[in-house]
Amino acid sequence: MNILPVFIIIPIAMLLALWCSRNIRQTRAVMVTGSTLLLILSVYLTIDFIQLRNAGESADMLYTASWSWYEPLNIAFSIGVDGISVAMLLLSSIIVFTGTFASWRLQPMTKEFFLWYTLLSLGVYGFFISTDLFTMFMFYETALIPMYLLIGVWGSGRKEYSAMKLTLMLMGGSAFLLMGILGIYFGSGATTMNIHEIAAMNAIPTNIQYIFFPLTFIGFGVLGALFPFHTWSPDGHACAPTSVSMLHAGVLMKLGGYGCFRIAMYLLPQAANDLAWIFIILTTISVVYGALSAVSQTDLKYINAYSSVSHCGLVLFAILMMTKTACTGAILQMLSHGLMTALFFALIGMIYGRTHTRDIRKMRGLMKIMPFLAVGYVIAGLANLGLPGFSGFVAEMTIFVGAFSVNDTFHRAVTIIACTSIVITAVYILRVVGRILYGEPDNDEFKKLSDATWDEKFTVICLVVCVAALGIAPMWVSDLVGSGVGSILSNI
Amino acid sequence: MEYSILILALPLLGFLTLALAGNRMSHRAAGITGTLLLLAVTAISYFTAADYFMAGRDMNGVFAETVPYNFKWLPLGEGLSIDMGISLTPISAMMLVVITTVSLMVHIYSLGYMKGERGFQRYYAFLSLFTFSMLGLVVATNIFQMYIFWELVGVSSYLLIGFYYTKPEAIAASKKAFIVTRFADLFFLIGILIYGYYTGTFSFTPSEAALTGAATVLPTALLLMFIGGAGKSAMFPLHIWLPDAMEGPTPVSALIHAATMVVAGVFLVARLFNLFIDYAPETLHIIAYAGAFTALYAAVVACVQTDIKRVLAFSTISQISFMMVALGVCTGSDPHAGGLGYMASMFHLFTHAMFKGLLFLGAGAIIHAVHSNEKCRMGGLRKYMPITHITFLIACLAIAGIPPFSGFFSKDEILAACYEFSLPMGIFMSLIAALTAFYMFRLYYLIFWGKSYYETELARYRAGEIEAEPHKPHEAPLTMTLPLIILAAITCLAGFIPFGEFISSNGEAYTIHLNTKVAVTSIMLALAGIALATAMYIKGESRITVAINRTLRKPIEAAYHRFYMDEAWLFVTKKIIFNCISRPIAWFDRNVIDATFDKLAKITHKCGTFVRPLQDGNVQSYSIFFLSGALLIILILLYLI
Repeated sequence: MNILPVFIIIPIAMLLALWCSRNIRQTRAVMVTGSTLLLILSVYLTIDFIQLRNAGESADMLYTASWSWYEPLNIAFSIGVDGISVAMLLLSSIIVFTGTFASWRLQPMTKEFFLWYTLLSLGVYGFFISTDLFTMFMFYETALIPMYLLIGVWGSGRKEYSAMKLTLMLMGGSAFLLMGILGIYFGSGATTMNIHEIAAMNAIPTNIQYIFFPLTFIGFGVLGALFPFHTWSPDGHACAPTSVSMLHAGVLMKLGGYGCFRIAMYLLPQAANDLAWIFIILTTISVVYGALSAVSQTDLKYINAYSSVSHCGLVLFAILMMTKTACTGAILQMLSHGLMTALFFALIGMIYGRTHTRDIRKMRGLMKIMPFLAVGYVIAGLANLGLPGFSGFVAEMTIFVGAFSVNDTFHRAVTIIACTSIVITAVYILRVVGRILYGEPDNDEFKKLSDATWDEKFTVICLVVCVAALGIAPMWVSDLVGSGVGSILSNI
Repeated sequence: MEYSILILALPLLGFLTLALAGNRMSHRAAGITGTLLLLAVTAISYFTAADYFMAGRDMNGVFAETVPYNFKWLPLGEGLSIDMGISLTPISAMMLVVITTVSLMVHIYSLGYMKGERGFQRYYAFLSLFTFSMLGLVVATNIFQMYIFWELVGVSSYLLIGFYYTKPEAIAASKKAFIVTRFADLFFLIGILIYGYYTGTFSFTPSEAALTGAATVLPTALLLMFIGGAGKSAMFPLHIWLPDAMEGPTPVSALIHAATMVVAGVFLVARLFNLFIDYAPETLHIIAYAGAFTALYAAVVACVQTDIKRVLAFSTISQISFMMVALGVCTGSDPHAGGLGYMASMFHLFTHAMFKGLLFLGAGAIIHAVHSNEKCRMGGLRKYMPITHITFLIACLAIAGIPPFSGFFSKDEILAACYEFSLPMGIFMSLIAALTAFYMFRLYYLIFWGKSYYETELARYRAGEIEAEPHKPHEAPLTMTLPLIILAAITCLAGFIPFGEFISSNGEAYTIHLNTKVAVTSIMLALAGIALATAMYIKGESRITVAINRTLRKPIEAAYHRFYMDEAWLFVTKKIIFNCISRPIAWFDRNVIDATFDKLAKITHKCGTFVRPLQDGNVQSYSIFFLSGALLIILILLYLI
């Protein structure tokens, strides 16, 4: 039996159950059960997938299946996964699971919140298992729309403005994307929407590729915080509630990188090769620019949002290098950034929930007041600045080694420029840590604040363990994603 | 040698235990757990080193590299991979001994020094983490593993410098230390990337063919790696973090910022010595000149500092530079012809770790007794702290290069190597050695001789000039004096170790022999330095001192401010990078890029407002629009047809 549809069935069942739930207890019970099941399922899938690969399954996609649902346009519900999607599914499950605990005490309208939250995760799961262009696009939109409500209703600060801005910019990206998808579909002869069949035909004329590659890449790039289309990120994250920030930075932004790699570059290889340099420049700017802007921010979430711009920029940077090592690094970076940023946003949310400010100039000495959260924050910070032993280091090093193996001056130069981000990252992380956690507490109101509750501790510990596990034992990831990356690259 | 894995496993275990369960332990339990684990590690390290050297030389007459463990940690495609493992070479075996010895002394010492401090468990956890990382660094089987542990060492140092995290200076110092070394590590990383790409491996010993292929880029790669080493080893101008790092607890300064971590750069160059000699001898000489300059700079600055830990910090910078110079002046791998510096450098690393550790621990005892770092609060302490006094004096004699203390032997070899390289280099370094003797004895006299601050204060108290009775300086407890005594004993004896038998540039046994000319000169110079210091400082600040201070006011002030290097860096980071780059970028992002998208939205909105009146719900206007539209179309059609 194919287990992939279960990734969709569970969220749908959760939606129905949430609909019927009568009180907060039932809502929580549904969320915990559902997200735990999803987590177990994705761990099982990961292990099973690695075993199948080791047993010699060499097809590009495993667990494939297809049900046609709109003949005239050849749209089918085709599913299948390779190592990259498996890794992303695992990441999504971890974030959805921990996000549930991070919004344990969310008020008001808990049930409605979780409804939209589950719909969002449904979109994410659907996106990662689809191999059909249109179905993928549909799930992509399913994941984006709930974001508007989640931020607009449950957010803080200028939430309406931010929600509107985020949605409009991402929708703008979607418009590009839709054009791109149609271009690919008709360019390849309009016989199939299946990604792998299109790739196998390789029939899109080069001049058409030149038009649609930038459209598709930018369409996904908006979500991957590609410079200069990243400005939704700081505002959106700043206003979003904790678990939404986690899910957004942790998973949604990965949709961008994944899409760029799986669709833009895989299906439009000629253009990808010829035009990569433009986007390499943009992503290099993202990497350094994001880090430098983070240095002078004063809002915790802005700092982290810009840091995400920098780190996600590195993902796109790596896939554009088109070497196997760099692309494996990109996947590692997606996993790593997803986990680290989720951890960061969770902690920021917890701190904000207590101090009611995110301004780093107003907080001091939190280490003495809330030691657990503060230590968690230091760990998250160290992971973010690429300390060995945490996932960030492994990902960055893989990317740099991979990028450096492209032997020409341009690639070398941009790699070295991108490397400087490791220093700038250290600057903004340590600046925050030194400002808000160390020192003597000077605000009397803060002194009576409490430390983390059990659900918060649970969230933090889960994520720290994941970040450390990936950092200490990274070898399985390259086993997992190696073949997937290889088959995509062989097409480019 | 499978047991050698314990050398890494035990400190890691100690760190995890203390970090996770430390808060539930009492101070005493935590301290003892940490210390006992480290005692075990020390024993195993000694045993490993003994085992390694006992195994004897192979048929080429050298101690071969032994690799008990090595596994692929992270495959990076195209044959490259990051390996993790344990590799034993003569220098890593020596480093094991140095690190565990000093670390054990610091662990014992801290039981007394840190007694009752808040965060005692955390302190021991970090010490274990540091020891783990440092040991991992020296036994690295390849350059990337070294880099990984290099970063871990950096973060342990960050955590320990910032141990008193409520103190603003400590916070600033820890941040500075991390960022400056991180900046240097960037070059290290790029160096590794180049090295890895062109030789196809991260191993320290690539195949001959790979090296030949990479010969053109090796000097660049090695120079970049050296910059990384210069950051950790506090070479000018990347030294600015080290003096500030003295904000950490004093035993930490002894362990990390005197004996072990700061010599990581030297160790790095030594580990890559064969590559330097064969492929980049010019780079090696750049290292020598950079080292010589740093040695001079730090020695001059050390002469005028008033904080005793800062004096020791600059003296550390200067001494590490001696080691760098010794490596840099090598011109061949035969110890009899141009390779003497290698052995001298490692020898000095060993002896320096012991006597500098001793000096810092002694300084800690003094600070513990008088509750201040400033020399003006000291003076005349020899009566009150006899053990500290004697051990401190031994260390001062060692660093000044007076026989039979260990520093004399190692420094003599370094100077011999310098003279072998060129006469000016030899003379230059000899003069710095004399300067070393001067500033160390200045420090010694200021602390232990001259007018006692306590007695002066006591007199004022008796005369009723001040309210509070001054605190009487007292000798440190046994936990603190014992490490002093042990290190002093090592300092007295270490000079007689036949060091060349174990370590030399090409691995073959080399018998150390004193170079009479060099030895006599350096002893004379050291004595001159001591004599000058005696004349100037034995009775507090004598008249000569005051006169000198008056005539040389400007240069002395400049030296006191470390020739404004910190200010220069601050200017670059704060004024240029923060204010002129980061701020404008953040502004640009909000007010140009973001504003453009907001404008786009506004324009769309405006367009909407503009066409909205067309839909005003009035049937008459609809019919007018409809009719005029229809008319227009007809006209167009007519015209076209």
